[in-house]
Amino acid sequence: MQNILPPRISLRRLRFGLSDLAVILGALAILAVIAKVGAGAFVGFTPPKNVPSVSLDPRNLPYYAGRSTLRMFVALAASFVFTFAYGYVAARSKYAERVLIPLLDILQSVPVLGFLSITVTGFIALFPGSLLGLECASIFAIFTSQAWNMAFSFYQTLRTLPQDLVEATESYRLPAWQRFVQLEVPASMIGLVWNAMMSFGGGWFFLAASEAISVLNQSYTLPGIGSYVAAAVSAQDMHALGWAVLTMAFTIVLIDQLFWRPVVAWADKFRLEQSAAAEAPQSWVFDLFRSSRVPHAIERIWSPAGDALTFALSSVTAVRPMRIVDPRVERIVNQLYLAALIVIVAGLIGLGIHFILTTVGFVEISKVIALGAATLLRVAVLLTLATLVWTPIGVVIGLNPRLTRMLQPVALFCASFPANFIFPFATLAFITYHVNINYGSIILMALGAQWYILFNTIAGAASIPTDLREMADDIGLRGWSRWRRLIVPGIFSSWVTGGITASGGAWNASIVSEIVTWGHTTLTAAGLGSYIADATGKGDWPRITLGVGMMSVYVVAVNRIFWRKLYALAEKKYHL
Amino acid sequence: MSAQGLVEVESCCKSFPHPEGKSEFTVLDNISVSVEPGEVVALLGRSGSGKSTLLRIMAGLIPASSGKVFSDGKPLTGPNPDVAMVFQSFALLPWLTVIENVEVGLEAHGVGRMERTKRALKAIDLVGLDGFESAYPKELSGGMKQRVGFARALVVEPKVLFLDEPFSALDVLTAENLRGEIDDLWNAGTFPAKSILLVTHNIEEAVFLADRIIVLGTNPGRIRGEVKVDLPRPHDRTRPEFKELVEHLYAIMTNPTMNIEVVPAHASQVPQRKPSRSPYAEPLPHVRVGTISGLLELLVEHDRDRHEIARVAERLSLPIDDLLPILDAAGLLGFAIVADGIVHVSDVGRDFATTTILRSKELFRHQVLEHVPLVATMSKTLREKQNGSMRADFFLDLLDEYYPADEARRQFATAVDWGRYAELFEYDAAEELLTISDAAHSAL
Repeated sequence: MQNILPPRISLRRLRFGLSDLAVILGALAILAVIAKVGAGAFVGFTPPKNVPSVSLDPRNLPYYAGRSTLRMFVALAASFVFTFAYGYVAARSKYAERVLIPLLDILQSVPVLGFLSITVTGFIALFPGSLLGLECASIFAIFTSQAWNMAFSFYQTLRTLPQDLVEATESYRLPAWQRFVQLEVPASMIGLVWNAMMSFGGGWFFLAASEAISVLNQSYTLPGIGSYVAAAVSAQDMHALGWAVLTMAFTIVLIDQLFWRPVVAWADKFRLEQSAAAEAPQSWVFDLFRSSRVPHAIERIWSPAGDALTFALSSVTAVRPMRIVDPRVERIVNQLYLAALIVIVAGLIGLGIHFILTTVGFVEISKVIALGAATLLRVAVLLTLATLVWTPIGVVIGLNPRLTRMLQPVALFCASFPANFIFPFATLAFITYHVNINYGSIILMALGAQWYILFNTIAGAASIPTDLREMADDIGLRGWSRWRRLIVPGIFSSWVTGGITASGGAWNASIVSEIVTWGHTTLTAAGLGSYIADATGKGDWPRITLGVGMMSVYVVAVNRIFWRKLYALAEKKYHL
Repeated sequence: MSAQGLVEVESCCKSFPHPEGKSEFTVLDNISVSVEPGEVVALLGRSGSGKSTLLRIMAGLIPASSGKVFSDGKPLTGPNPDVAMVFQSFALLPWLTVIENVEVGLEAHGVGRMERTKRALKAIDLVGLDGFESAYPKELSGGMKQRVGFARALVVEPKVLFLDEPFSALDVLTAENLRGEIDDLWNAGTFPAKSILLVTHNIEEAVFLADRIIVLGTNPGRIRGEVKVDLPRPHDRTRPEFKELVEHLYAIMTNPTMNIEVVPAHASQVPQRKPSRSPYAEPLPHVRVGTISGLLELLVEHDRDRHEIARVAERLSLPIDDLLPILDAAGLLGFAIVADGIVHVSDVGRDFATTTILRSKELFRHQVLEHVPLVATMSKTLREKQNGSMRADFFLDLLDEYYPADEARRQFATAVDWGRYAELFEYDAAEELLTISDAAHSAL
């Protein structure tokens, strides 16, 4: 893409005309599209009579893609607001930290799609007679797939800010607002942008799943590219499906070029290392912006208002005198706080267990445990297969810089492409060739999850230092011993990162891959995912609670028992 | 103590609690310091003397455990508004340009945009960074970064300029150049601050810049006394008085019990270090065995018996903070005798530095078992165990009684390094397991 466009220098020279024109026209076009597409969110909605329908005419696809994209960006904005607030409070307050961080850990493990039943009913009740309720439910599903990661990333940067910078802002008595703007947000920007970009890619999956769902015996359709696919599936319309896949791919590439690349290129200036980076990320849109005078003009117009805002916020958050607390008092307060927490948590767990025991009984619980084990087995098989297939390929790509440059973006694209767009093709194949869905669902789950293994392996192999590779060549390390001594240790940390992400993705995907339909045929695998999907469709609250809770328990347990250990090993032994 | 000090601390102590809350670790013990208008004061001390902690207490960045801190006569309750700090690591915000970095302090005080730019440009001009206003820190060399650090501090016109080892992250020539320029600015009489408080471990730097040097002792940090630099400014390095002062300070620094003539009121009650019985309470200097042997080799090569430490430091261009621990280690192991600014290599030391690697390991093992109680005890403990192995936690717990957690880890790491070199034991870092070595088994 970059080669076709004029190089940076020549863009710079167009000081006046073209770049300014491009920026202004581009901005106007985006505003117009938002206005047109956004208006659709406010139409009336009074089920069961007045519900929006989706037309399978491919010419409507750009509009549907626009509606879906708008949802994605609203969710992204909400995730950023949540991240700053949650991460800041967790990092600043010792007391809040002890509740918020474990809570985040649990929220990360709760299957996003399991939430839907609760949120859809809640939001529809919140906006009676308007489609906004469904919009919010869909946005919330995307939000829950992004926000926890991002908040955690922000919190961790705040906890590991360089000590000298913290002291400098303290000794120059920066008010809390200025410290936030000048130090805390910039320092976390790169991590946050990467995290947001990855989560945004994963968000398409949840968008597609949340636009057309059956909750509490009621089918809801929200116009968008996801519901278009759902409509095409029930109409068994292959052509429409093909167009949807194409539109989706085009949308992902467009958003990458117009939004993520410029943002990544811009965020590079927030690098904490004081020396220049070897290879700065490039973006033609960002270059266009920088060579235009429009941003400067806006900054000039905005600056008096900006100054006033800074002044106002700064005077509210000025440095306050130190409070010196008696350590004995602090200890007592601490113990009281801890005791209160234990009582509350124990109470909540007790309530949950009581609810499940009195409504579904013990037999049901043991059945759900078995179903969880079936899904766990699928996730394990998937990870093993994906590792066996993709690790060698990833290593070959990663060790070759030219291949890495070419194929790494492709792997990233595959990871963001919502796998549920491919499900109908796979389902049709299963029906035609009589594949048992109990095994087939593994393939469906892998369609999304495997890419995380691939691109993390590529990144890991690419980061093996050249001198080590040369050493291995020099002493003639070949074949299996080369893998054992150089490659496996070199990619181990990256593989663990990829594995954690893939496993999380697979658990979430199980809710939509253990039960798939084509026209009137529905294939159901025995597993925790199909159990939750079934309970959600029927509106069976005790079984929803039980299923979602059980999946969270499984995910947390696997993380604690398996991934944490591997992660610690990677940090300690294989850290390059 | 006089009331007109710009920044004062009175009988200040600072201790950090142990993580498990069993006891406390004292970093500063009964310190009183006052910075008067128009003077340059240096806090000189080795690492572990708490000099940076003292500076941060006076800057209001961390609270004192007891005692009082005054700024301009008023008790301090937060970051000190009368001082500005220059950091060892520059502490520039990498996403701001030079001028934006300089303006940060002014913006914090609500100075308007126009005024901010005007004052920032003046400060940048003052430190000689004209033309770099819109550069980012990553485009600048270390020396230029620190110039930005000085400009950021001077632009707020603080009453006292705090310098936290501002030249120690720079290479020798750059440091020399910048130090000279700051001194010129001060001597010109138009310096934007009334006084300077400098923290350093560089003796020459202290004598060159300061009018008064306060020497801090270690374990715990306390004032040993002060040395006046009664020389016309700028202090001329070639004058014999300058050299005498430097050598005098080297003698003080290498001899922890030596008395310093001019002693301020509070320092008279300096607590004597109690002789400690536990082998875990005697700190090891954090030095690798190879470094000790390297220094001894260099000393032995020169056909002299006694070496002035000031000369050795100069010849190796090693800062005193790096050199002293090596000498401490050599002294502790009986390879050298260090006193009054003079180092003398012992016969064992000479042998150790010149013999083959196997023989030197044997000598080292002998000296360690004889003179280093910590390593000797660890080796003994391992030998008494049936399976000859022990978890690291066991020793770390014992060390935790006497040191803060980080220092306990470092003590353990140094002991392991020495013990491994002496082939007394082996250490599996992944399992955190110490095992008696076979060589030690057969040799003992």
